[in-house]
Amino acid sequence: MSKKTIIGASAVAGAVAMALSGATVVATSTGAAAAEKCYGVSLAGDNDCAAGPGTTCAGTSTVDYQGNAWTSVPDGTCLTMDVPGDRKGSLEPLDRDLPA
Amino acid sequence: MQATVSNREFTTALSDPEKPAPEGIRGQDGKKSAKRFDIYRNNVVVGLIDALGDIFPAVARLVGEGFFRDMARLYIRANPPNSPLLFRYGRSMPDFLETFEPVAHLAYLPDVARIELAWLDAFHAADTSCFSAADLGAVPESELDDLRLTPHPATRIIRSRSAAVSIVSATRSGAGLADINPTAPEDGLVTRPVLDVQLRRLPPGAAVFLQSLVDGACLADAAEAAERDCAEFDLPLAIRAMLESGAFSQRGEEA
Repeated sequence: MSKKTIIGASAVAGAVAMALSGATVVATSTGAAAAEKCYGVSLAGDNDCAAGPGTTCAGTSTVDYQGNAWTSVPDGTCLTMDVPGDRKGSLEPLDRDLPA
Repeated sequence: MQATVSNREFTTALSDPEKPAPEGIRGQDGKKSAKRFDIYRNNVVVGLIDALGDIFPAVARLVGEGFFRDMARLYIRANPPNSPLLFRYGRSMPDFLETFEPVAHLAYLPDVARIELAWLDAFHAADTSCFSAADLGAVPESELDDLRLTPHPATRIIRSRSAAVSIVSATRSGAGLADINPTAPEDGLVTRPVLDVQLRRLPPGAAVFLQSLVDGACLADAAEAAERDCAEFDLPLAIRAMLESGAFSQRGEEA
């Protein structure tokens, strides 16, 4: 077998020893069992339409979107990222680096 | 009372706000209830938009709340839920983002969504203990080369051609993005050692190392694969990331 050609047995053992000397201790299963989790509930219960007088349903208009009339432009934080050169917020160069 | 509307009629009308309420939808007074149906129809869409916002908070923040909600409407129309379980919704969002022209210039966005799906997967994955530094220390030196490990159910490895890992971390924690070069390729590791999902950037080559282990390779073979893939691969660093993240649960079966 060729598996020892690059990484020798002593290399793996040495690396493990080095890793163990520096690894921080992570919480183990002992702590895990004590806590209880509750998931799936909040998503399923989500509903923008609060019942009661004075509240409005979040989308009562009948025609509120059209797939072929897109005009919106991202207004979030993505455009604040600096890219080397003058390509702020644009990643077109990535397309050229795709593996063949 | 007998149903007078077919499921098909109902769901077709539900997904298109320009369609009239299906014939046969009546209120308690027996009159047609177009307005009630409109409210229901919009609540369905709004509920799904909110679910997508909860699943993809970083994507939403990156493109802005208003844009995200508009985009989510288009996504929902093209990709209606195929499961009644809301936490399974949105699996095709990365593919949608790949082809959605208005965000074509944000090349990192699909991978950001992939990481957020991995995050959700990890969150819902089964609980189990982690293979710890103490566990590894207890393995006799002579068995280290051939050691195989069972992946923790929450473990997900993401390889990105962009800085999607740093972008998700910074966006979710509210940190600034100004220091991030979005074009730098990154590998990420999602784990859930106890209750909280963790996302970390992996050092060079570590993704190949960990993926090999996940695929069932032994320690020596995984290390060799990583070294062949990446000249900067640092085995001790990768093992440390593996232990600190809780990516594996226990020793695996010998091959």
